[in-house]
This record gives sequence, C-alpha cells and structure tokens, in this order.
Amino acid sequence: MTTQDAPPTNPSKSFARAWEDIRTGVRSTELWGHLGWQDIKQRYRRSVIGPLWITLGMAVTAIGLGLLYSQLLGQQISTFLPYITVGFIVWNFIVGCVIEGTETFIRNEGLIKHLPAPLTVYALRTVWRQTLMMLHNLLVYVVLVAIFFPTLSEPYRLQDGGHQHPGLSWLVLLAIPAFLLLAFNGVWVTLFFGIISTRYRDIPQVINAFIQLVFFGTPIVWTTDTLLRFSGGDPGTASWRVLIAELNPMYHYVEIIRAPLIGNEQSWHHWAVVGGFTVFGWILAVVALRNFRARIPYWV
Amino acid sequence: MVSIDVWNASVDFPIFDAKSRSLKKAVLGKVGGHIGTEGRVPVIEALKDINLSLKTGDRVALVGHNGAGKSTLLRLLSGIYEPITGGSKIVGKIAPVFDLGVGMDPEISGIENIMIRGLFLGMNRKEMEKRVDDIAEFSELGDFLQMPLRAYSTGMRVRLALGIVTSIDPEILILDEGIGAVDAAFMDKARERLIDLVKRSGLLVFASHQDDLLLEMCDTAIWMDGGRMKMHGGLREVLTAYKGRDPYENLSPEMLERLGVAAGGEAR
Repeated sequence: MTTQDAPPTNPSKSFARAWEDIRTGVRSTELWGHLGWQDIKQRYRRSVIGPLWITLGMAVTAIGLGLLYSQLLGQQISTFLPYITVGFIVWNFIVGCVIEGTETFIRNEGLIKHLPAPLTVYALRTVWRQTLMMLHNLLVYVVLVAIFFPTLSEPYRLQDGGHQHPGLSWLVLLAIPAFLLLAFNGVWVTLFFGIISTRYRDIPQVINAFIQLVFFGTPIVWTTDTLLRFSGGDPGTASWRVLIAELNPMYHYVEIIRAPLIGNEQSWHHWAVVGGFTVFGWILAVVALRNFRARIPYWV
Repeated sequence: MVSIDVWNASVDFPIFDAKSRSLKKAVLGKVGGHIGTEGRVPVIEALKDINLSLKTGDRVALVGHNGAGKSTLLRLLSGIYEPITGGSKIVGKIAPVFDLGVGMDPEISGIENIMIRGLFLGMNRKEMEKRVDDIAEFSELGDFLQMPLRAYSTGMRVRLALGIVTSIDPEILILDEGIGAVDAAFMDKARERLIDLVKRSGLLVFASHQDDLLLEMCDTAIWMDGGRMKMHGGLREVLTAYKGRDPYENLSPEMLERLGVAAGGEAR
C-alpha cells in the first residue's frame, strides 16, 4: 500500500478482464483449431481407419437402436432410423461438451501452469473437438438420408396417429444456424462447468451420474407422439405428460437441429427456449469467468 | 516498450486435498513457503509483499534455495498466476520456459510439437513453418522430427525444446532453472543461441543455480527467501551475499576471459 501507482483494488476480478480472456481466446483460432484437431488425430493414432471409427461407432449404435426401437415402439424404420440417428448425433455433441467440459481445465493442467494463454482457448479446444466429431457423425446422417430420401421427402408420420410432418424441404438449412447456436452454447457450458469442476472435483461425478437419466428422459429413442398416444389425441389429458419433454431443456436443443434435418414440423418455441438458455448460460459463464478466471491456475 | 510491474503482490495456494488436521501446527520450515491454517483449506503462502518494476533492457537473475518461491515468482511475472492480493501489469509478448519438457506431447511428432509450442507462444503457423528447418539444423534431429516424441531420448527432447525456445522472438523471456540441466557438450553449442536470444528479447528473468550462466546473461539479481524478496541489486553483490563469497572467485580463466569480452561488448 506504499507504492503510489498501485491499483486501488484487485484488478483480476473484473468483467473487462473476463471479456479480454474471451476475446483473445476466440481470436487465437489457429491455436485452438490446431489443438482440437490434434486431439482427434491423437485419439485414433495407430488405428487403421482412424477418425472413421467415430463415424462407424455412431452408425452401429444408431442403426442398432433404430432397428430395435422401431420394432419395440412399432414405428416405420425408414423414418424412425433417421430420427434416432440425428437425435443421437446431437445428444453426443451436448454430452461431449458437458462431460469433457467439466474436465477441460483439469486435463490441460500442464499447459495452464506453464504457458500463459486465455482460458477460453481450452474451452474452444473442447468445443471444436466435439464439432469435428459431430461432422464425422453427420456422415451417417447423410448416408441414411440418401437411402430413405423417398419417404423422408414426402409428408409422413413418425407414429400412427401422431403429428403429420411436412418432410424434407429447403428448411433443412435451418440446421446450420441451429448448430451454430448449439456450439455457442457449448462454449458457455464448457467454461462454466470447467470452472466449477476444477474447484469442486465432485461436480463431474454428479454430472456423470445424472446424464444417463437425462438421456432417457429426452425424446431421442422415443418421440413426443408417444406422450400423446395414451390420451387418444386429446390434448387436455395429455398435457402433463407433454411436460416431461417440454420442461427438459435438452429436448429443445435437440429439436432445433433434428426437426429441420429430418423434415419434422418445426416450432419456434424451441428456438425461444434455447435462446433464453443461451443468454442465461452465458451470464453464468461470464460471471464465473470474472470471479474465478484468475484462480484456475491455482486450482488445477 | 515492454514492462512488468508488480505491486504488493502475494500468492498463496489452497491445498484442497491436504488434511488440515495434520497441518494444525503452522509449519515454518527452512524449505517452502509458510503454511497458513487460518481458513478451512490449508494454504501455502508462496509469495508475500512482492514489489517489482522491470522494463526494457533489464536482465534479472533469480537466486534462492529450493522452495524459496523462484518458480512461483516467474509464473507471477509471466501472468500465469495473478496475485491473490495486490496487482500486476505485464506489457509485452511473453515466452516462459519452466520445464523444457512440458507442453510437449509424447505421442505426436517433433514437428507437431514445434507447431503447438510456437502457437502458444503467439506465433502463427506460417512463422513456425519457416523456423522448422532452423530448429532441425540446430537440434541435429533431422528425420527424427517426424517421429513421435516418445521415441526420443531425454537428450533429444532437450535439444528439441531448446531449439524451439531459441528460435522465437519474445519480448519478455522467462527462464527457469530447468534449462541449466542440459548436458555440458550441448550447452556449449546452445550457449551462443541462448545469449543471442537474450539479446533479442527485451527483458529477461532467469532463475538458475549456475553462476557462470547467470554472470554471462544477467546484470541485476533478486534473492528470494521464504517467499519474499530478500535482496534486489547488482548481480555480483547479490550473488556474493547469497553464496557468502564472490562468484568470480572460482571461475575458470577462460570463463573470466569470456565475461571480460562480453563486458567489453563488441567482440561477439
């Protein structure tokens, strides 16, 4: 307190510094781009078909479950298989961001302690890696659409007595902004969960315990039509069941991408919910970044 | 213009997994910082009351015994640790080298490691691609650069790391003692490049136990003891106070001659 030009307060905790972290982090595109791509190459190094294993793994899961559940729930394979596949692809991206997000800073401990770099770089590394995996997975979708295009491009129902869906159209392009919005959410998820998990190492375990449950609660292997089935189409008695899906934010995230990609009927309320969560989540992440950004190197 | 300013900075580490029961008595040993136990989580007070102002042209040596806070201070000066209390302001492009091996991934090739390290140090791909040949030549690794790093011997890793570090143009260079742990033969070769690097950089802070390296590269010194700056002044007087004898006493005649030449300034 003797030096005259000393700053009056601790300057580490300020929104300006948090914003600076995000700004410089985002601008280091070469750095996180390279690191994320490196992660993918790394994971499949020395395997013969390399990152195609991502694609193959998704194909096996989606097609296997698609065949199984279409029989269990009595649904058309030609429309249900693309439905379950896209659901899985989006879900994998979300789960990847959440689970690997919790480990973002913990796994980069060596780098964080040895090289000064914005924390956002590590978050973007994680999200970019998930994006690359998703692009690999989308190959499965492309193949399925090519095969089932005749049925998907006509109006169809996922389930007898369910919603009539308009079929594939130029609206498929909406999946692009939808994905950008999803990835944008991935960054706050990674930052926020990364920060709290670095401090409280129980958080990743808690999330791991619940994520499976959320998966089964999200309409991915089942459809919202199923919720209406028992009411015989009467929306009054079905309303509380519909809440199972509607109150689950994951449903809305999945739906904004899935609906355009398989030509389902789209509803703007999904976008509104996702938009709300985006704002809410980013506020959380920025506040966490402001308060704990400088603490991360001490915690890892 | 590059500068590092630190005001009343202190750094303490929370140790979340330490049993505070076993630390009930505050320990103040000869090695390491003070371990505080006031809070629920034990903390190690690694640095206290650091006031420092460095600017372009400063060549600072950092001395002190193990656990005195040298590496922590270097991390504070690199901006990796932001002070818990007090403040710090760093202006300039920083290249810290704490441990030659860290940031190197054993599973990827030498070339890819060069690229990642360079990107972290603020270079872009093009700039690093230009430097690859230079690094290959200096490190004498040749085609080995295509091999994954796990196939390298320890010496080869050090060569690669030194090659990367000395090929960049940092404004602020922060070197930790690890760099002195290079075998003598290669160090002779690396010395020229290191000194050249130091000249290119605007500001140097170098922690080392090797007097000859310090004498060659630095002109002022900081003596760290128990997380505090015990002494800050001319290199020779700080080293004399720290070691209890004049560092020039047991230098070889060649070394003295080299330092004399270096002091003259022109010869190199």
